[in-house]
Amino acid sequence: MAHHDTLTGAEILLKALVDQGVEVIFGYPGGAVLPIYDELFKQNRLRHVLVRHEQAAVHAAEGYARSTGKVGCVLVTSGPGATNAVTGLADALCDSVPLVCLTGQVPTHLIGNDAFQEADITGITRPCTKHNYLVKDVADLARTVHEAFHVARSGRPGPVLVDLPKDVIQNKGEYQAPSKVKSKYKPQVKGDLKAIEKAVEMIAHAKRPIFYVGGGVVNSGPAACQLLTQFVRMTGYPCTLTLMGLGAFPGSDPLFLGMLGMHGTVEANMAMHDCDLMINIGARFDDRVTGRVNGFSPNSKKIHVDIDPSSINKNVVVDLSVVGDCAHVLEDMIKVWKAKQCRVNEKALKEWWKAIDEWRAMDCLAFENSNKLIKPQYAIQRIYELTRHRNPYICTEVGQHQMWAAQHLKFDLPHHWLTSGGLGTMGYGMPAAMGVQMAHPEALVIDIAGESSIQMNIQEIATLVQHRLPVKVVILNNQYMGMVRQWQELIHGGRYSESHMNHHPDFVKLAEAFGAVGLRAEKPSEVDGVIKEMMAVDRPVIVEMRTDASENVFPMIMPGMAHNEMVLGPEDKSRDKSGSEEDGMVLV
Amino acid sequence: MTKAVEEIQRHTIAVLVDNESGVLARVIGLFSGRGYNIESLTVAEVDSHDKLSRITIVTSGTAMIIEQIKNQLRRLVPVHKVHDLTIEGPHVARELALIKVVAGGEKRVESLRIADIFRARAIDSTNESFVFEVVGSTEKVDAFINLMEPLGLADVSRTGVVAIARGPNPI
Ligand SMILES: Cc1cc2nc3c(=O)[nH]c(=O)nc-3n(C[C@H](O)[C@H](O)[C@H](O)COP(=O)(O)OP(=O)(O)OC[C@H]3O[C@@H](n4cnc5c(N)ncnc54)[C@H](O)[C@@H]3O)c2cc1C
Ligand SMILES: Cc1ncc(C[n+]2csc(CCOP(=O)(O)OP(=O)(O)O)c2C)c(N)n1
Ligand SMILES: [Mg+2]
Repeated sequence: MAHHDTLTGAEILLKALVDQGVEVIFGYPGGAVLPIYDELFKQNRLRHVLVRHEQAAVHAAEGYARSTGKVGCVLVTSGPGATNAVTGLADALCDSVPLVCLTGQVPTHLIGNDAFQEADITGITRPCTKHNYLVKDVADLARTVHEAFHVARSGRPGPVLVDLPKDVIQNKGEYQAPSKVKSKYKPQVKGDLKAIEKAVEMIAHAKRPIFYVGGGVVNSGPAACQLLTQFVRMTGYPCTLTLMGLGAFPGSDPLFLGMLGMHGTVEANMAMHDCDLMINIGARFDDRVTGRVNGFSPNSKKIHVDIDPSSINKNVVVDLSVVGDCAHVLEDMIKVWKAKQCRVNEKALKEWWKAIDEWRAMDCLAFENSNKLIKPQYAIQRIYELTRHRNPYICTEVGQHQMWAAQHLKFDLPHHWLTSGGLGTMGYGMPAAMGVQMAHPEALVIDIAGESSIQMNIQEIATLVQHRLPVKVVILNNQYMGMVRQWQELIHGGRYSESHMNHHPDFVKLAEAFGAVGLRAEKPSEVDGVIKEMMAVDRPVIVEMRTDASENVFPMIMPGMAHNEMVLGPEDKSRDKSGSEEDGMVLV
Repeated sequence: MTKAVEEIQRHTIAVLVDNESGVLARVIGLFSGRGYNIESLTVAEVDSHDKLSRITIVTSGTAMIIEQIKNQLRRLVPVHKVHDLTIEGPHVARELALIKVVAGGEKRVESLRIADIFRARAIDSTNESFVFEVVGSTEKVDAFINLMEPLGLADVSRTGVVAIARGPNPI
């Protein structure tokens, strides 16, 4: 009906975004998306954050999404704009972050002609998005955008890309409201009650149980985290969290054993190894967590709750699986537990905690402090102590600093910890912090960085300054790609091939050149001072802390080893034995 | 893990998908990206009203891999149904092949005789060649091709397996 065709594709698009609850777009313009930018100019409901590189737009949207539970939104141009976004999309896919990425595309009649700035971005991103669309007709535009948001946020969340040829956003068409669009994509959220009853029975009868909880509970939302906390406390069982799960259960609760896995605590890994029942809620048996699979918790029965059936029996065969959303399943578990008046085996549990407390007493995260050199662990501990009253959001880059942050910070609230776990993308942290700060303007947002990672997206300081985002970046400068250096020290005979950068910028001057504040600490005695000063400034701050270059992250499960074969520290002789590279964790 | 679980088995999987551009690339990309085998894959639209296509995949792997393949397929947004015909009960599976044999004299006569035994039809003939159409299980088609080999086999085109469950129930 011609008289309805009153809106251009660009107008339809923005209307759809508003109807989907989008408030902020992270993006970067270019020829193919100029009609969209023109519409953005004419309105004031959608804010736009102008990044300096499209990869950063995606990480910023990830930060926004993970700290709010909403779908993050990205807008980039065709060709190089779109290909620059690819790393961010792959990152979001690995860590299950809901995003919609809108890419410009050459006009439909030029597709396939090697036109200027043409890239087959749906082809390129097929394996690194949850789903993607090429819209060929303005008549399909509104429906496709609504469906993209639905797919991004439903089930196991993930990034969805919508490719928009220029003629499609210029042609006129009709708008359809979200309520008019029916999607066939309906993942299962309720768990099978029979399986849940069986699970509860197994949980009640366990003698040496452990909750192994992951990012799925964080994905599911605050309600799932609360239900998990309630259920764990009802049982009094120990709980360990993955890197992605930190915050799902309060870090300061005595039932919390710390993170598990390659750089997890002794108590968490030993309890995983020795347990008789493992209750996995929303974690995916990642190889950084399991170590050598045939040495992984050999004597336990395993329960796995996950919304994605493909996560189940992928790496580790389990005894009982429940497919569903954590919040629904946990709610049902609690109901069944109460209805059946389940009781735990107090006597066995007491024995179990006795064993755990002995592992705990080893105090595996302890380190030898120094009054000359800033120990990275000390720096993180001071950040924790001096900022905790403000419940900061903490982002990280990738490397040793990331692991020390995971080990030494405690998160009592979910959605306050943002890190690149699955892809391990250096350069994630500062843009992610931008996104968090956009969503939470009053909050304290800190990026804990390494001097190498930060240089992967250093240009984003300009974005922070332009948009007055008072993000605090703390660079733990150990002069090395520390995590790479650690592997070279422990596995490659101390041959530090290309892991040392003998030139770094003067980070203080660099901050100032961008218009941000630069601070530096070179001695332990200066650490508290710069942290306090950074918090007092209502502007973006770059803090450089010169840390001990030789420090390594321990405990460590060497590649190819099992949970009970951790290397505890520099003096531990077992550090020389590393297992087969084929059947374990093989990548830095 | 026991030996039985590690054993590699062949499975025929029927997949109902939206007939939209890119869907086949998604399915094939899944197999190549995750290192799964494809022994054969056929696809065609089967419902023009709802625009659905049916893909039949013959694949092989351990029980754990086959389970992964099915779950990974179900994860694709345009995939609606995934059925493992091999384990869900009896099914029939057929392939069609077009086979060109170039021969004269005795061999030409012999190829016709064997075609007759296999109920293959000659659907094209010249003085020096036949094109046979043969339908049947993969094993039957293989056997026919093997017998044609010494008689002047020149060209083969096969559809790959299509399969459907026995009995009244649709997938
Ligand atoms: C340098 C480095 C070192 C690392 N070392 C460690 C380490 O020592 N320990 C560690 O734990 N990790 C470590 N990691 C991270 C690791 O690589 C993985 O990213 C992480 O372990 C995966 O966490 P997860 O199992 O919680 O899964 P996620 O990636 O968070 O996946 C979530 C799972 O939950 C499911 N899910 C999603 N939403 C829901 C829902 N609503 N309901 C139910 N289920 C849902 C998903 O299907 C998925 O299976 C390291 C990473 C780096 C870069
Ligand atoms: C984009 C990218 N390239 C390479 C790597 C491999 N890698 C993992 S950690 C690391 C070193 C990080 O160095 P830095 O940021 O200084 O942190 P540190 O380990 O010193 O704390 C490298 C190169 C990666 N994870 N990401
Ligand atoms: Mg470093």
